[in-house]
Amino acid sequence: MARAAVQRRLTWRRGRVTRRVDETPRVRTLVLALEEDWPGHLAGQHVDVRLTAEDGYQAQRSYSIASAPEDVGQLAITVERIGDGEVSPYLVDELTEGDQLEFRGPIGGYFVWDETPGGPLLLVAGGSGICPLMAMIRHRAARGSRVPTRLLYSSRSLEDVIYREEVDLLAARSDGLEVFHTLTRDRPAGWTGYARRIDLEMLTEVGWRPDEGPLGFVCGPTPLVEAVAEALVQLGWSPDRVKTERFGPTGG
Amino acid sequence: MDESQLRLDGNAAAGILREVFAMDVSGAQEACASCGTIGWMGAQHLYMYPLAPGAVVRCSTCGDVLMVLVRGGGRYRLALPGLRWLEMREPVQAPPET
Amino acid sequence: MDFISRGFRGRPREQAPAGRLPPGQYMVRDFPVLSAGPTPHTPLSRWTFSITGEIDEPRQWTWEQFRALPTETITKDIHCVTKWSKFDTVWEGVSVDTLLDGVDTTAEYVLAFSDGGYTTNIPLQDLTEGKAWVAFAFGGEPLEPEHGGPARLLVPHLYFWKSAKWVRGLRLMSENSPGFWETYGYHDYGDPWREQRYSGD
Ligand SMILES: Cc1cc2nc3c(=O)[nH]c(=O)nc-3n(C[C@H](O)[C@H](O)[C@H](O)COP(=O)(O)OP(=O)(O)OC[C@H]3O[C@@H](n4cnc5c(N)ncnc54)[C@H](O)[C@@H]3O)c2cc1C
Ligand SMILES: [Zn+2]
Repeated sequence: MARAAVQRRLTWRRGRVTRRVDETPRVRTLVLALEEDWPGHLAGQHVDVRLTAEDGYQAQRSYSIASAPEDVGQLAITVERIGDGEVSPYLVDELTEGDQLEFRGPIGGYFVWDETPGGPLLLVAGGSGICPLMAMIRHRAARGSRVPTRLLYSSRSLEDVIYREEVDLLAARSDGLEVFHTLTRDRPAGWTGYARRIDLEMLTEVGWRPDEGPLGFVCGPTPLVEAVAEALVQLGWSPDRVKTERFGPTGG
Repeated sequence: MDESQLRLDGNAAAGILREVFAMDVSGAQEACASCGTIGWMGAQHLYMYPLAPGAVVRCSTCGDVLMVLVRGGGRYRLALPGLRWLEMREPVQAPPET
Repeated sequence: MDFISRGFRGRPREQAPAGRLPPGQYMVRDFPVLSAGPTPHTPLSRWTFSITGEIDEPRQWTWEQFRALPTETITKDIHCVTKWSKFDTVWEGVSVDTLLDGVDTTAEYVLAFSDGGYTTNIPLQDLTEGKAWVAFAFGGEPLEPEHGGPARLLVPHLYFWKSAKWVRGLRLMSENSPGFWETYGYHDYGDPWREQRYSGD
């Protein structure tokens, strides 16, 4: 178990949005400038974001830190717009360069990877569930780690795949990262990858054998996370080698 | 939409728990008083909703209530009805980067 | 408030008719699901409803017996402690007056108990004289499990955590005894018009 890097009181901070990146038609990354007293984070941790309206009304949600710990001085969150949502449409469509965002973090000492747990890695994501896993992939690359790592990533269509180019580039370095996509709704002509929801068979083909001592991180909408975690245990994985991060009903 | 689509992991309560505890509770180990299973708080089931005063952590093995936190009216009431023990770890320095 | 998120207004809210919204509440049209635990799925063949505690002869109904009792259609506003209120919700249920008809008891309090272990306490007089029902239908359809089906308590004049989902019976008590949320810090009575959210409010 990685130890939490956090140690001082968790206080609300303000970060200025320095950059926005369009990831997909529904997903945008916000890069926030960090102050010097930011204690650093571990790959997989999240921040709580708090929005305050003029009448004092407040809404609070969690967002995973998508950037690597090595990316000092700034922090990236990647947000998917949920149509009837309260917070995500604001973050994706309204908040812009120069605006301030209130947040606190880094948070969480369970769903984190810092190289020490060892064993080959299986990362399974649905939709925006890729965000904390991307921090791990980026951390792995920044450290020059060669831990054998497989990413199984479920998206609705090719244009909904978040970080597609970056992941493809990292996989092309042939340093032990392999990437498998499954597209559940629309496939481009000639698509040869998976074309269904993640199931037992797919996890058997992509995942490690339990006797290889793998460590799994599963993240995304709650129904996907429950199905994948259950399937891995069925395949013989020990439940405490399958770490989960449920995003709730949304995030697919 | 039933609650099995809505529930979260204990990890998602790490932020509010830091309002009460000096140390991170999501990375703490716990023993369920009901079924005896030892696990991580971050891996237990969390029932928490925006604007709800209360959050409930249940054992992911047997479903019993491990921890309840109710906050509001300027107070936090914390109950640990189903924990045999809770073991937190001393924080360490953030890893020096680059 | 020293920080304002530029351009953030919260979810667009409809204006509620004057006088119908308790303090601190806003109006919704959907029906959010809130639950402190997993949804039980008790088959109707094993479902019973009981009146226990301070009662000479405890009562129990099977689902068929319960559904043979006279029913009422109820149209009420409901108010959740998470601040949403929903107007003119239409329920079908059996009045608690019907369930307690002819019962002689000295009890002044009730603990409603549910599948899954949930409980909530309510003064007996808040359940009688047409103030509470055991509801099995919502909006003309059988009550869905996520909203408390097959049957939930309906006490619309109190915050909605008092309207126990998956209710299986009422325990009559001479002394008050807090239920699940009341033990952990919610208000003992829970009147939305007096904003009784937390213990001591
Ligand atoms: C630890 C953690 C990390 C996360 N990281 C990310 C991330 O990196 N990127 C990301 O995009 N998201 C992430 N999420 C999800 C994020 O916190 C928000 O839940 C998401 O952005 C939706 O928020 P919203 O305010 O837009 O939608 P909301 O207004 O909260 O809800 C959207 C819709 O969900 C449904 N819904 C929600 N609650 C209920 C209910 N009780 N009953 C019925 N229906 C309901 C409704 O249809 C509702 O309109 C994370 C969540 C967690 C817990
Ligand atoms: Zn247990």
